[in-house]
Amino acid sequence: MSTKRDTDVRTEGGNGDRGDRNGTGDTAVRDAGDLGAAGAQLSTAPRETFMPGSFGGARTPGATGWLAWTGREVIGWARWIWRQLTSMRVALILLFLLSLGAIPGSLIPQSGTDETKVADFQARHTTIGPIYEKLGLFHVYSSAWFSAIYILLFISLIGCIVPRTWQFVGQLRGRPPRAPRLLTRLPAYTTWRTEAGPEEVREEALKLLKKRRFRAHLDGDAVAAEKGYLREVGNLAFHIALIVMLVAFAWGQLFKSEGNKLIVEGDGFANTLTQYDDFKSGSLFDTDDLEPFSFVLEDFEGTYEETGPNKGTPRTYQAKVDYSVGADGAEQKKTVKVNEPLDIDDSKVYLTAHGYAPVVTVRDGKGDIVYQQAVPLLPLDSNVTSTGAIKVMDGYQDAKGKQEQLGFQAFFLPAYGGDGTAVVSQFPALLNPVLNLAAYHGDLGVDAGLPQSVYQLEKKNMKEFKNSKGEQLRENLKPGETMRLPNGAGSITFEKGVKEWANFQVTRQPGAGWALAGAFGAIFGLAASLFIQRRRVWVRAVTGPDGVTVVEMAGLGRSESAKVPEELGVLAGRLYDMAPGVPDTPDQPQNEPPTPEPPAVPAEGAETK
Amino acid sequence: MTLAAATDLSAATDLAAATNEHLANVSNTLIYSAMAVYTLAFFAYIAEWLLGSRSKVGRTAAALTADKEGKKTAAPAVTVQNAGGTAVLERPKVVTRAAAGARDVPDGPGAHGGDVQGDLYGRIAISLTVLAFLIAFGGVLARALSVQRAPWGNMYEFNITFSTVAVGVYLALLAMKKNVRWMGLFLVTTVLLDLGLAVTVLYTASDQLVPALHSYWLYIHVSTAIFCGAVFYVGAVGTILYLFKDSYENKLATGGKPGRFATSVLERLPASASLDKFSYRVNAAVFPLWTFTIIAGAIWAGDAWGRYWGWDPKETWSFITWVAYACYLHARATAGWKGRKAAYIALAAFACWLFNYYGVNIFVTGKHSYAGV
Ligand code: HEM
Repeated sequence: MSTKRDTDVRTEGGNGDRGDRNGTGDTAVRDAGDLGAAGAQLSTAPRETFMPGSFGGARTPGATGWLAWTGREVIGWARWIWRQLTSMRVALILLFLLSLGAIPGSLIPQSGTDETKVADFQARHTTIGPIYEKLGLFHVYSSAWFSAIYILLFISLIGCIVPRTWQFVGQLRGRPPRAPRLLTRLPAYTTWRTEAGPEEVREEALKLLKKRRFRAHLDGDAVAAEKGYLREVGNLAFHIALIVMLVAFAWGQLFKSEGNKLIVEGDGFANTLTQYDDFKSGSLFDTDDLEPFSFVLEDFEGTYEETGPNKGTPRTYQAKVDYSVGADGAEQKKTVKVNEPLDIDDSKVYLTAHGYAPVVTVRDGKGDIVYQQAVPLLPLDSNVTSTGAIKVMDGYQDAKGKQEQLGFQAFFLPAYGGDGTAVVSQFPALLNPVLNLAAYHGDLGVDAGLPQSVYQLEKKNMKEFKNSKGEQLRENLKPGETMRLPNGAGSITFEKGVKEWANFQVTRQPGAGWALAGAFGAIFGLAASLFIQRRRVWVRAVTGPDGVTVVEMAGLGRSESAKVPEELGVLAGRLYDMAPGVPDTPDQPQNEPPTPEPPAVPAEGAETK
Repeated sequence: MTLAAATDLSAATDLAAATNEHLANVSNTLIYSAMAVYTLAFFAYIAEWLLGSRSKVGRTAAALTADKEGKKTAAPAVTVQNAGGTAVLERPKVVTRAAAGARDVPDGPGAHGGDVQGDLYGRIAISLTVLAFLIAFGGVLARALSVQRAPWGNMYEFNITFSTVAVGVYLALLAMKKNVRWMGLFLVTTVLLDLGLAVTVLYTASDQLVPALHSYWLYIHVSTAIFCGAVFYVGAVGTILYLFKDSYENKLATGGKPGRFATSVLERLPASASLDKFSYRVNAAVFPLWTFTIIAGAIWAGDAWGRYWGWDPKETWSFITWVAYACYLHARATAGWKGRKAAYIALAAFACWLFNYYGVNIFVTGKHSYAGV
C-alpha cells in the first residue's frame, strides 16, 4: 500500500460513525469520498493500519513526565503490535509460513511416523543430520518453530474474530447506510421517470425490498437496503470453527492413549495397562481413563489376490472377536475389519496387522513336553515370510539331566516354493507352510533384568547344536514333522494347524467429536461466506424540475458480481410495474453530470495500479 | 484359511477375471478412441484460431489508448436509460460500471474473432469435445465395471477420471452459458497430454483394492478430490491466461507494442478483469468442497489407521494445498495483494495440488503409496 493511500485512510473520515476501532478496510470508500458511508462496512475485514513514528508525543520534563511518556510509548507500541498481528496482511504472511513450514515434514523422515527411517537418515547423512536435528526437522509438527507459527496464527485469528464480531453486532443494530449523493457512481445503476408521486414510489420500494428480505429503511429522499448478512455470520463461524478444531486437536493430544496388543487366535485381552505390548499416552492421560472391556480373538481370516500382476495383494482382512464391556457385561460378537474398528465409548479397537503363529512342541531328553505354544512370528515382507524366536526358559533338562535353556531361531514361510528356491515365501496364504528352525542351548539371558524382544534370540551365552556333519543344526519342517536334537537332547515338533495372530491397536481420542463438529461447522461457515453476496440497494425518488418523479436505483456488492446488476434489474422491473414510466420530454434537462466521469466505486477484485 | 479354501477361491476369481479382462479391454479401446477424437477436436480448435478473423483485434488497444486520452470509451456509459422519447417505453435497463482503477477493457470476441467460418470450426470443435468426453466417460465406466469398484485405485485410473471430469466441468460451464469457450484449446491440449501420460507411463492392469481402500469414505473422499482437482485446474488455466492478458494490457496502457502473435491470441480472450474474476469464482466455489475432501479423508484415515491426522505426506500436502488456497482467498481480500500477486498465489496453490497428486505418489513414500503408481 502506498503512502498516499495511507493518508487517504487517515483523512477520510466519513465512516467512523459506527464507532469501530478498526475502521472499514473497504477500499471502496477510500476512493469515493462523495459516497460517504455508502460503501462502508460491507465486510468486517480489519483495516490496514498506518505506523506512526512515536506514540509518546511531547514529553514534560522531570521523572513523572518521563514515566508518562514511556507509558504512552509502551501502550502505543503494544497496541500497534497487536493491530499488526491481527491485520489481514500478517494473517496472510502467517498462513504462508504455515504452508511453507509444513513442507519439510513431508520430505524428511519424521520420528513420529517412522523412527527407524530417521535413524537410517542420520546414519547416512553425518553432516546434515545433526543440523536437521537441531532445527527439529525430524519432528517438524511438534517443533518449536512450527508451533510458534500456528500459535501466532491462532492468536491473530482470535484477535481478528473478537473485534470483527463486535463490529458485526454493531452493524446488525445499526441500519444500512444512507444513499450516496450520486447514485450513478455505483457499479449498477438504473433510472426512469414516472407519474407516480415520490412518496408513493419510496413506499412501494420499501415494501418490495422488505418482502425480498432486505433490511430496508427510509432515509430522506431514498430507501436504503441491505441483504446478505449471513455472509459475515458464515465467515465468523468459519474462523471460530477453526479455533474449535485446534482446541479439540490439542485436547485430544493431551488425553489420548494408544496401545498395541498382539493376540493369537483363541487368546484374549482385557483393557488394562499391563496387558499392552506397548502403550503411549498424552501428558494428561490417567490410567483410570481406560474403558473396562475385554475381548477374545476367535478367528482371523485373510484372503489375497490369486492371479494377475497384483498377485498376493490382500483382499480382505477380518478378525472375529467376542467382546464384553464392563466388569461382567454380556458377550457380544463383532467382526473387526481394516476400516471397521470395534467402537467402545471413546475407545476404538483397530485391526492393524496380522501374521502366523505356528504351534510347536518341545520335548526334553526324557521325552516329556516342556513347551507347547503357538509362537507369533513377525512378517518380513508382503508374502509374510516371518521370523521370530522360540524360547524354552525353564523345565528343560538335556539327556544327562542338566538344567539348561533352549532357543530356536525361526523362519516361517506360509508358501514355500520348494527345494532349491530362495527361503522366502511365494504367497501370503498358507499354501505350503514350512518352518525353518536353528537350534541353540545355553543361557537365554532373560534373567539379566534387561528387557528383551520376544522375537529375537540373545545368542551371547548360547551354543549352537551341531548336526552329524558338524554344522549348525537347521532344518525345514512341514506341519507334523519333528526335528531331533543331537545326542538325545530332545526334539521340537511343528504341529499341524498353524494359527494366525492379529495385532490390535486400541486408541482413545477424546475430543474427536468436537474436532468433527468444528470441521463441519467450518464447511458450512465457509460455504455461507463464499456463496452469499452481501449487497446494498438504494432507491431514490424525487420530483424533477418538470414535476415528474425521477426514480433512481443503484446496487453495490462487496465483490463485483454479475448478480448485483441482475438483482437490481429484477427489483427495478418490479418497481417499474408499480410506478410505470413516462416518456422523456425532448427538452428534459440532463440529470447527469457530463463526462469525463470520476471513478466509480471499486469493489473487490479491482486492482489499483 | 486353509489350502482347499484358497483353491476354491482361486477358481471363482478366475471365472470373474475373464469377464473383467474383457471389460478392461473395452475400457482401453474407449480411452484410445477418446484420445483420437480429442485430437480431432484439437485440430478443429486450431482451425478456429487460425481461421478466426482478426478484424476485431485491436479493441483492447483502442480502449486503453482512449482511456489515456480521457475520452469516452466503448465501455458502458452512464446515461439515463429509457430515454429517447419514443412511444414504446422500454423497461429500465441496468448499466454496470467497472471499478475505479480497473481498466475498462471489453472482453475479446473469443477464438473465432467474430468470424463466421472460425465460429463454425469452433462449434465443430466443441461437438467433438462432447463426443470425446462421452467416449472417455464410457471408458472410465467400463474400467469401473471391470474392477467392480470406483475407478480410483491407482494413478492410471485417477488420470483418466481426472481429465474426464475436467472436460465435464468445462462442458457444464458451457451448458450454463458461461463465457468459457475461449478455454477449449488450452484444455483439450492438456487433456491429451494427461491421457497420453496415463496410457503410456502410468498404465496399470485392472485390479481390485487392498483392504484399507475398502470404504465408502473412499468413494466420497476420492471422488471429491478428483472433482476439486479438475475445477482447480480450470481455475488455474484462467489464472495463467489472466497473467498473460494482464501484462498485455499493461504493455498497451504504457504505450508498448506487443508482438503480433501475442496480439492475435490475447485480443480474443476476455479482458484481464473478467479472467481474474472467473478464476476467483471457480477457486472460491470449490474451496469448501476441498475442505470437505480433507475432512472426509481424515475420517477415513481414522477408520483405517486409527488416527485422524498423522502428517502422512499425502495428508500434509492436502493441508498445504488447502492453506495455499486460503492464502489466495485472503490475498484477494487484502489491499496490496490483489491482482497479479494473488494470481501467483493461486498458481502456487495449484502447483501444490499437482505435487500432491504426482509428486507425492512418485517421490515420497507414505501410507498412501500403496495405491500404486
Ligand atoms: C487459520 C487460518 C485461516 C484460514 C484458513 C482462513 C480462511 C479464510 C477464508 C477462506 C476466508 C474467505 C475469503 C473470502 O471471503 O473471500 C477468510 C476470510 C477472512 N479472513 Fe480468514 N482465515 C484464517 C485466519 C485468519 C486470521 C488470523 C484472520 C485475522 C486477521 C483472518 C481474517 C479474515 C477476514 C477479515 C476475512 C474476510 C475477508 C472479507 O470478507 O473480505 N483470517 N478467511
